[in-house]
Amino acid sequence: MQTLDPTPSDPPVLVDETVDLIPPKSPRRIGWARRRRALSVFWKTYRRSRMGMVGLVMMILFILLAVFGPLFVPARNVSVAFAPGKPFQPPSLQWPLGTDNFGRSVLSLIVVGSRISLIVGFAATVVTMVLGAGIGIASGFYGGKTDTLLNALTNWFLVIPWIALAIVMASILGPTLLNIILIIGITSWAGTARLVRAQALTVKERPYVERARALGGGDLHTITHHILPNVMPVIFANTVLTVALSILAETTLSLLGLGDPNSISWGGIINEAFQAGALSAGYWWWIIPPGVMIVLVVLSFTMCGYALDEIINPRLRAR
Amino acid sequence: MSVLSVRDLVVEYGTTGGGVPAVRGVDLEVDRGEVLGLAGESGCGKSTIAGAILRLLPAKTKVTGQIELDGNDILELTPGKLRAVRWTAGSIVFQGAMHAMNPVQRIGDQIMEPIIVHGQSGEREARVRAGTLLEQVGLPTRRLNDYPHELSGGQKQRIMIAMALACSPSLIVADEPTTALDVMVQAQVLQLLRTLQHDLGLALLFITHDLSVLVEVADRLAIMYAGRIVEQGEAEAVFHSPAHPYTKALAAAFPAIGDMRFRGRPSGLGGDPPDPQQIPSGCPFHPRCAEVTPVCSSVTPELWTAGPARLAACVHASGAPALEGVSR
Amino acid sequence: MGRKYLARKTLHALATLAFVLAFNFFLFRVMPGDPIRLLARGAATHMTPQRIAQIEHEQGLDRPLPQQFVVYAENTLTGRFGISFVTNESVTNVVARAIWPTVLLVGSATLIATFFGLWAGIKGAWGRGSVFDTSSLFGSLVLYSAPEGWLGMILLIIFVGTLHWFPAGQMSSNTGQTGLANVLDVLSHLFLPCMTLVLGYIGEYTIIMRSSLLEVMGEDFVMTARAKGVPDRLVRRSHAVPNALLPTLTLVFYSFGFILGGSVIVEAVYSWPGLGLLTYRAIQDLDYNVIQAVFLLFSLAVIAFNLAADIMYGYLDPRVREA
Repeated sequence: MQTLDPTPSDPPVLVDETVDLIPPKSPRRIGWARRRRALSVFWKTYRRSRMGMVGLVMMILFILLAVFGPLFVPARNVSVAFAPGKPFQPPSLQWPLGTDNFGRSVLSLIVVGSRISLIVGFAATVVTMVLGAGIGIASGFYGGKTDTLLNALTNWFLVIPWIALAIVMASILGPTLLNIILIIGITSWAGTARLVRAQALTVKERPYVERARALGGGDLHTITHHILPNVMPVIFANTVLTVALSILAETTLSLLGLGDPNSISWGGIINEAFQAGALSAGYWWWIIPPGVMIVLVVLSFTMCGYALDEIINPRLRAR
Repeated sequence: MSVLSVRDLVVEYGTTGGGVPAVRGVDLEVDRGEVLGLAGESGCGKSTIAGAILRLLPAKTKVTGQIELDGNDILELTPGKLRAVRWTAGSIVFQGAMHAMNPVQRIGDQIMEPIIVHGQSGEREARVRAGTLLEQVGLPTRRLNDYPHELSGGQKQRIMIAMALACSPSLIVADEPTTALDVMVQAQVLQLLRTLQHDLGLALLFITHDLSVLVEVADRLAIMYAGRIVEQGEAEAVFHSPAHPYTKALAAAFPAIGDMRFRGRPSGLGGDPPDPQQIPSGCPFHPRCAEVTPVCSSVTPELWTAGPARLAACVHASGAPALEGVSR
Repeated sequence: MGRKYLARKTLHALATLAFVLAFNFFLFRVMPGDPIRLLARGAATHMTPQRIAQIEHEQGLDRPLPQQFVVYAENTLTGRFGISFVTNESVTNVVARAIWPTVLLVGSATLIATFFGLWAGIKGAWGRGSVFDTSSLFGSLVLYSAPEGWLGMILLIIFVGTLHWFPAGQMSSNTGQTGLANVLDVLSHLFLPCMTLVLGYIGEYTIIMRSSLLEVMGEDFVMTARAKGVPDRLVRRSHAVPNALLPTLTLVFYSFGFILGGSVIVEAVYSWPGLGLLTYRAIQDLDYNVIQAVFLLFSLAVIAFNLAADIMYGYLDPRVREA
């Protein structure tokens, strides 16, 4: 309240100066604060899932292995020309997982192979999610003719057995790493698209979306500010499970002889072992360990994915 | 002769976040041929009581107290005896009959099921009885062959009533039986319940949040708030001269057409019901109460006499002990 | 079931099939690169120019695209899929020989995996949190994470290489036995590849059934049944499982394409003479006509299974039956 001060030496206080010390909360900052709170609530819930935590720890270990492991492997151990050991050696102190047909250390091969296996898994997942989520959101949001067309496309891709399509495409395009990533992406996006479309349809019906449109929000604004954030949890859970499936897909393609012959992946190691007759000769150390690694890494992503699924779909939670 | 007698019922749900006390000491009694209405907002614990009576609550729930149904001590029964008592001593008409029936089983089979399971008759007689029950609720017997999805909401609710009568129970618990129905159908179903209850001399525990419905159906009324009963008495008397401030607010929120008191705007009750894990100290209603006094946050009221055949858990009740600053 | 429902689903299946045929055509002809050069990458390198020209003419590759499509459609619908570049036999013959072993393998594996997977899922969900549930869930997750080709190799190493319980591969010992002895012989060859497929896919079925039943168990009508005093086992049999089984079976049918795809590598590992082994060898030799024919056949099988799923659902679910 302003008072008229009879002594003009002090200017009248018109505004409470302490107010300026508290910066005004813009809508954006409130939004971010809310997101941070939601994330911490989510993390607390996730932490309670034993399956989710075990999976997460395993996942982190594998990522560390793929990033840093190969740095510790001497190049000689995985080179064909300068292989350090004698071929087909069973595990020993010197070669803990034995050697392959060239005399390379199987342990080193596995460590180096982690990179390609994971990279292909992640890269193919990116392709799958971009295609799947993009088409799913467009299909669910726009509806009408766009939806009919995209939905028919999705259903068509869902019906075709992925491996048959992959084989056909790989035989024509040739087995390079990039091709494999694309092929896995192209054969996998439909499952994601169906899921995302269903979720987008639900979100579209919610009252705040209608309100946003009534207030003049354009399509892009509605999609990025309302649809996408509410579809994100489903997309996120699906992404984790897709990584697991992509790694398995790369393995299957390698075992069929459609993998990149110039790069080392776990599936590729098993394939080389198989081609070299390791089965009949009984070279189990060459076949079993790479497979165990695949099982463990896929398991870790699957466990995380299911833990996320349980959080997002509360009906599956234990009562 | 009381058919249902509930003493000191305490129900605590066991969730991962800790125990949630849904019912915190409730006494109830329903006599033969009597309709007791149990009213309150969502989350006050009334549906929990319905589940507790037949021991249908989830496994991790802690239930203490005493529940006597038709002479059976429910909480002490072995699983086998409990199963035998379910539906034969007391049955439930569930709310939201939309999903309360098995979608892939015919209506007739679902009504016959409890009759056969309890060994009351063979299949042929059970089917005859099912047909009779349908007629009693005003539906043609050919409906026995229908599936639930072929019926309207009102018809499904009638089926639920017919099903509840199948084993001739002494008590029927109706848990929000008319909430999901539109007004015209609601009136029909209420009329049906009243007629059946009267003709068969059943004890009926009618649970709802809609006070205006209870006035027409109930003989006695119990009002629940935050897991406790806060007022109890004759239905008409409670509705027209409520003693507890919560009851007053509830009654005022449901306008009755033609009643002069509602000529103005219907008044609502501000605030929300308390979180069961964070119930206010003293009287749980005091934060929202229009007649709150300074002692209300420290004194937990019990059901004191508030008039002839009336109890109210409020410091303003005539039978409440004298407290500073409280007028009675 | 409603005639409209049946007509709609059948039409949809036929339309999908038509699109598959069209896709197959365009994929091969419209891809970058000369089709013949693609063939020349593989087994066709030993072919004479005249032979190549002859193939070109047969497949209509020397004519403009629209005409090519007509030739292609005609060929496909009359069952003429060209020649295998490896054996010079007609692809139809080669494929026909390989169908029964795959049907036997995939059929038996699907039946066993479905039966036991559903059983484990029901038992796990009904006794949620029990030792059985936790271990079967864990086991399912582990099996689901294992590549089926590798699983086949493991079984081979253990049961053939080490224990010598089963023969080393193929479908029969080819010692000319007949009758019961022959049947038993084939069964002993069938056991491991079938077990491999079962182990590879049972996990998924268990998890699907378990989730479905858990969802149904939370529904109101299950509570109603319990309140009526219906004994636990009858609640499960009459109320819970029938409602949970419907969507589960449909999903199992829909995922038939995966177990069929898995048979490719499993047959390769065990040298089981079915479509999978045929495909495996065709990939190595780039015998494109065979690859193309198997692609069509697999797609047809999956479309048929999806249609069967829709029909079964339409018959079993009363809500759809009258639609």
